[in-house]
Formats: sequence, C-alpha cells, structure tokens
Amino acid sequence: MMKKCLLFLLITLVYTAHQDFWNWHKADPMIFGFLPIGLAYHAFYAIGCAVMMAIMVKAAWPEHLEKDKTEPPK
Amino acid sequence: MIPVIVIFVYLAIIAFIGSIAFRQGKENTEDFFLANRSIGSMVFFLSLFATNMTAFAILGSSGMAYRQGIGIFGLMASSSCFVIPLTIFFIGTRLWALGKKFGHQTQVSFFRDRWECNHIGTVIFALSAAMLVPYMIISIMGGGTVLSEISMQNGQPLIPYAVGCAVVAVVVTLNVFFGGMRGTVWVNIFQTILFVCFGMVAVIAISHALPKTFAEYMAGLANDPKTKALVTRERIPPQTFWSYTLIPLSSIMFPHMAIMCFSARRMSAFKRTVIAYPIAIMITWLPCVFLGVLGAAALGKLSDPDGVLLRLLDTYTPVWLAGILGAGIISAVMGSDTHQVLALSTMFTKDVFVHYGGHEKFGERRSVHFARGFIVVVTIIAYLVALALKEKQGIFEIAIRYAFSGFAAMAPVMVAALFWKRSTKWGALAATLFVAFTLAGNAALQGSPQKSTPPVMAAKPATNALATIAAATNQSPNVASTNMPTAKPKEDIIWQFGQGADAVKVLSRAPNGDVRFMNNYMTVVPMVFGSAILMVLFSLVTKPPTDKTIAKYFDV
Repeated sequence: MMKKCLLFLLITLVYTAHQDFWNWHKADPMIFGFLPIGLAYHAFYAIGCAVMMAIMVKAAWPEHLEKDKTEPPK
Repeated sequence: MIPVIVIFVYLAIIAFIGSIAFRQGKENTEDFFLANRSIGSMVFFLSLFATNMTAFAILGSSGMAYRQGIGIFGLMASSSCFVIPLTIFFIGTRLWALGKKFGHQTQVSFFRDRWECNHIGTVIFALSAAMLVPYMIISIMGGGTVLSEISMQNGQPLIPYAVGCAVVAVVVTLNVFFGGMRGTVWVNIFQTILFVCFGMVAVIAISHALPKTFAEYMAGLANDPKTKALVTRERIPPQTFWSYTLIPLSSIMFPHMAIMCFSARRMSAFKRTVIAYPIAIMITWLPCVFLGVLGAAALGKLSDPDGVLLRLLDTYTPVWLAGILGAGIISAVMGSDTHQVLALSTMFTKDVFVHYGGHEKFGERRSVHFARGFIVVVTIIAYLVALALKEKQGIFEIAIRYAFSGFAAMAPVMVAALFWKRSTKWGALAATLFVAFTLAGNAALQGSPQKSTPPVMAAKPATNALATIAAATNQSPNVASTNMPTAKPKEDIIWQFGQGADAVKVLSRAPNGDVRFMNNYMTVVPMVFGSAILMVLFSLVTKPPTDKTIAKYFDV
C-alpha cells in the first residue's frame, strides 16, 4: 500500500512539474548558452518522465497480466 | 530533381519491404492484422512511435514554434512525454493481455465482450471510424501536394497533384494489401530512424552554415521586445497549456495505436517502450522546435511559417539533405496512412463483417480477402475524394483537430472497461453519444459566421503543402496561430457572463476558429470530464454485466 501511495505521489509530482508557471515570462538563463530556460526545462522534464517510467516499470510492473505464457502460434 | 529521386528510392524500398512481408505472411486474420501477435520488443517500440509521431513532429512543430515560440515543446511534446507512456503502461499492457487471452483484435470487440453488448459496440465503431477517415483522406491529399511542390521546376510540377496522390495511394495500398501488419511495422522501423536522426542532423548541418552562433540568435530574440515572446511562453494562455495535457489521452484511443498494442509478442515489449518513449519524443521534437524559433531570428518574416524548416535547409544546407527531408515527410505521411488504412480494415472486418456473421459464412481465408478488398475500395474512395475536394482541405483539417479531442474524451470509456467492474454498456453509450454530440456542436460553432471579423494577420486555413501535411498527420495545434510573430488577432465571444475585467467567457472562438471554454480552456476539458461523469452516472443507474463476465475480466 505504501508503495502504491509513493508511486501515486511521484506521478502527481511529475504532472504538477509540467505546469512550470515560474518560467512563463523568462528567457534567461540560456542553458548551454543557447537554450532558453523554458525550453531546456521541458527537455529535462522529458528525461524526468523517462526516469519516472523506469521507476514505474521497476516498482509496479503488472506481472500478473503475463501469467498466461502461451506463445502465439508461429 | 534530387529530392524527387530520393523520394522514389524511398517508395521503391517501401514496396520491396511489403513484398518480403507478403512472402512471410499466412492467410489468416490474426496474421494479417496483428502479424500473429509476434512483434518483438525493439520493433514494437519503433513502430508504435512511428504510428503516433508523424510529420507534424518535424514540420508542424517548427512552424508552430516560429509563430508561438518555445512553449510549443511544453504544450505538445513534454505533455505527451508524461501522458502517453502512462497510458501505454496502464491501458496498453491490459489490452495486450486481454487480446492474448480472449483473442480480441480491436477495442470494439473487447467492449462488446466486456459489456455483453452488440449494437452499442457498433455505435463506438461508427464514431471511431468517422474520426479516423478524414485522416486517411488528408494523408493522400498531403502526399500529393508535397510530391507536386517538391518536384516544381520553372513553376510547373514534374509530378502533378493527381499523380502524386495516386503514387501515395498505390504505394500505401500495396504495402498494406500485401504486407498487412507485418509490412507496416517493418516500414515503420525505417521511418522512425529517419525521424529521430533527422532533427539532430539538421541542427548540426545548419549550425555550421549560419553566419552567427545559436547563442547570438537567441540573445537577439530575447533582447528585442517584439520577439522576446518567442523565447518565453507568453503567447500561450495558461489555461490552454494545461488543457493540452488532456489531448495525449487520445493516443491510446486511436484505433491504430490500440491495435498495435495487441500485436506485441510479449508484454515485456512494453517495458522498453514506455521508458524510451519520452526520450524519443524529446529527440524528435526539440531540434525542430528550436529550429523553428531560430528561423524567426535567422530568416525574419516568412509568408509561409510552416515552411520555416525547409527554408532553413534550403538556405543553409546541401540539396541532398532537402531530399532526405522530403523522403522523411512522405514516409511520415505514408507511415501513418498505412496504419490508418490497416486499422480501418481491421475494424471493418472484425467489428462489422465477422461480427455480423461474415466469418461463419465465408471462413477465415475469405475474411482476409474481404479485408484486402476493403483496403482497395477505401483507398480508391479516399483518392477520389482527395481529387474532388482538393480545394476544401480545411474541412478535413478541422475534422482531424476535433478527432484528437474526440478520442481523448473516449478514454474514460476505456478506463471504465478495464478498471471498473460496475461500469455498464449504457454508461459507454451515454459517453459515446455525448462525445459525438459535442463534436457536432463544436463543428457547428466553428462553422457559424463570426461576430467580429478577424484582422488580416489572423490565422488562415492551411492551404500549402507543409501546413496540409502538418494538419494531416499528427497532433493538431489547437492554439491560436498567426502568420506573423507580432500579430495580435481578435477572438470572437459567443457566450459571456459579466462585463469588463470580471467577465467570464463561457464560450469563445479563437482567431483560428477553435472553440474555447471558460476563458481559454480547450473544449477537450468539458468533453473528457463530461464523458467521465456520464460514464459513471449511467453505469450506476443501470444493470451491470453478469457475474460470469465480470469474473472473466477481473478474476485474473
């Protein structure tokens, strides 16, 4: 149950982080010298989503759905 | 001429792949529609990604970024990075398991069995097909337009529009007709590689040829009050930005995406896919959005913002890269078109022909023949419509825009079917009819005469090749768009409470015609929540499926 709550919290946090209102009117700092902060933030956000999904796969993969291991006919 | 040669080489490769897939195929529907549920992990990821991310990611995104700024990435790409992998994780895996266990090949066959219904499934089929068909037509239109534009010499196309449409239609038909799902996914591998590599190659090639550095261009935009909005999110209302996080719910509800989920060999194929998906979206979209904004600095005002990427490539890169881009665009059009044709054929064969007794009457082998016949007929009709309504592409573009909201609003139906034992067929019917009704309402509002005349700078319907492709292939902009970076078009208020600063715009119409709800929320918001509420209410007051069916789907 605790694990489920933590994962739900993780998903909620990542979803909330998408609405980065604090970057709305900002262009600076330019990340790597040329990426406006609002763009760089969402590029890193995409990486964050991949990490979130890796955690989901590790912690909450629905193994029970794979119980039926019959191979499809070749 | 070089781009045309590159494109024809590409088309030859597609035909070749289709012929190999045909030789490996078997004459049964499971093999034809789902490649015998044998798609491996990497191919599954590449194909699912290609099905979902099409030419809009290259051309439409850069054109939108040119007009609206960097916010387009957060609006369309990073919201998809969050929502799509989660829907694949929670919904895609379950569809796969149920498909494997009970033999379902379409969403409708699952709904029918899950809710013990017959004609309600047909209603869901009809709505899904109605939202999918405009896609197919505009894909052929877009392909024909691109081929004629790209082959232009001295003002005359080497490949006229009608021939271009025919080339696309024939190649798609051959690929699906002979290759089925196997041929389609093999082509997708090639397509995704083109996609993912294209943006990075373009950025590197352009950076070497530009007179100034990227940093100087971006600083120039940020320091000029007229263009600063392009490196911030000022042009996108926060309500629209939030609303857009609901649009990617449509992804798993698109029949071609859901059907792909049935085709994986093992559920482990989903593991890599959900982790790699956000990274692949980022690699594809980031260079294109960045180049779109860069184009505003490097090229200035353009009469055709959707062509910004082609203009950058034309100006700063060698001709072979433009050729590869052309092949990339065509591949994107045809990659999605093949999946749409195959999905329609699968749905029509399984949900109508087989369901209403065709299979018992004609057998398995004849069902495949029926599916192939359907592919030919539907492509010929789409081709004829593409020729007859060439000047009315806007109608199909609007239809596609609403299809995203429509499929997103059908997501509560799928969630209820998978996770809520008490859900009923009447709830599903109420939600489906609500979606159909709101789509019709949106179309009527969009088509009604405007009270205020938009200024000259207001968005125009996409009539050029690139805009057509953009509209044809993927996530619709659905944000107010203008032709010039500094234009401020007016909106049309349909229904408003109060006056002045306290006024609440209940219904309004953005300059590009999109209907907005409660101060700039997109109509997808009431559609998704309305559909969910109706699903719950009608399920609670109607009789649930039998215990046997509930046990079948939940006691696993």
